[in-house]
Amino acid sequence: MFDLLIEYWPKLLQGALLTLKLTFSAVIIAATLSLPLAILRSNQHSIWQWPIRLFVSFFRGTPLLAQLFLIYYGSGQFRLELTEVGLWWLFRDPFYCALLTFSLNSCAYQIEILRGALQAVNKGEIEAAIAIGMNKLQQYQKVILPHCYRIAFPALGNEIILLLKGSAIASVITLMDLMGHTRRVFSQTFDISVYLWAALMYLLITSLFVWLWRKIEQHLNRHTQRPSDHHNLQAAEQSTTNKYPLESANVR
Amino acid sequence: MIKKIRSFALCTLLGSFAFGQLQAAEAPLRIGTEGAYPPFNFMTADGKLAGFDIDISRALCEKMQRDCSFVAQDWDGIIPALLAGKYDVIVASMFITEKRKLKVDFSDPYQKSAMTFVVDKNSKITDISPSAMVGKTIGAQGSTTQADFLSKVYADSEIRFYPTQDAVNLDLISGRLDAQVGDIIPMLDWTVKSTDGKCCKLVGEAITDPAYVGDGVGMALRQEDDKLRLALNKALAEIVADGTYKKINDKYFDLNILTLK
Repeated sequence: MFDLLIEYWPKLLQGALLTLKLTFSAVIIAATLSLPLAILRSNQHSIWQWPIRLFVSFFRGTPLLAQLFLIYYGSGQFRLELTEVGLWWLFRDPFYCALLTFSLNSCAYQIEILRGALQAVNKGEIEAAIAIGMNKLQQYQKVILPHCYRIAFPALGNEIILLLKGSAIASVITLMDLMGHTRRVFSQTFDISVYLWAALMYLLITSLFVWLWRKIEQHLNRHTQRPSDHHNLQAAEQSTTNKYPLESANVR
Repeated sequence: MIKKIRSFALCTLLGSFAFGQLQAAEAPLRIGTEGAYPPFNFMTADGKLAGFDIDISRALCEKMQRDCSFVAQDWDGIIPALLAGKYDVIVASMFITEKRKLKVDFSDPYQKSAMTFVVDKNSKITDISPSAMVGKTIGAQGSTTQADFLSKVYADSEIRFYPTQDAVNLDLISGRLDAQVGDIIPMLDWTVKSTDGKCCKLVGEAITDPAYVGDGVGMALRQEDDKLRLALNKALAEIVADGTYKKINDKYFDLNILTLK
């Protein structure tokens, strides 16, 4: 079991790097696209409401694997047309196909997460912002968006973890990500324990991510945190010492 | 009273064991195949397994006077599922290789094995030596002999592995691949007989190095199932001798795939 790891760890690591590259590129693209779309989506009067709703329900309502097949093998059927409009280079490469699919899929989820968060921002805060004369841009910049991201943060973390694990299907369109290398090693050795190592690597990556995400979350919410108990105790001790010096020295 | 119940329970228990044994003797032979590898094994439009492997299996079962049932299993997991007891024998045009022999036993070969390069009809590739293929993108189905061949011999080309042969074919048509390596018989069949395979042609000499293609195509069994292996070998010899094999062969192929002549 361990000799397998010793022999094949460079392959698995190489795969893990591609998994990370793919997931986080997709997350960044999706995060960039989802904010303006979520704002358009949450505006009741926007003409963009319905197209965005349609986009979201398609990508949330169909399996990621089906979307990946559709974009990869589907685009292969339209090679001539895509060459004509100068987009074939994008669809020719399996990495870009996977990146496109994962970005669109994650974008759909992030739009809904952000829409919920935008609607959950306290109306009083916005009214206060208007009252002190902030324009629309300032309201978003200084009041709405900071609140929105604070509310959405745990759900966004969840979505990124789901995408990271979902990216394991990239190997069906020939990308040698962590799962792709795992399957390859398995086909060479028929040793099932390679799947265990792969699972542990996914677990390690997500654990590190969860830890990091919690640190950022704590930082975002630092204004709501009470001084820690340890801190309180020290302060209390200090005041005791000052108030009753004799008592604390066990003189009495 | 309690004693009676107890002995009754014991009787039923023993009875069911004995009955189970009896059933096991008559249980249908479970055959694992892929179902995505025309013309050897594939799904028909109404979702039934068909193809050369299926017809050969049926003929063998008839000779052995056993009922047979078929299980379709993805290629990646086809040996692990055999070892896990999901079925008793793999009839899926599997090459007999040294590496596979470490895990499973094989019947006598029922096809000869060889591999070939396939390229687009308009492709300029004529030289398929590793040095000429540097920088080219070559595809193959994963977990196969051709996948091992490519990763060993063509390490300086860009190699892509697909879950099924159909997927490799699709990407050769779409132009994502400059070339692919496949088993020669299905590739001949695809390029000559199918409509979508018209895009492409075989190129270069067939790859017959036993180090990569093994000693032919065999049926794979668990290593402890010697009795079944011998029975299958006997039945195979019988269908070759009485012409059943030739009849099935001619239904699918223009040449005899047992000899490749």
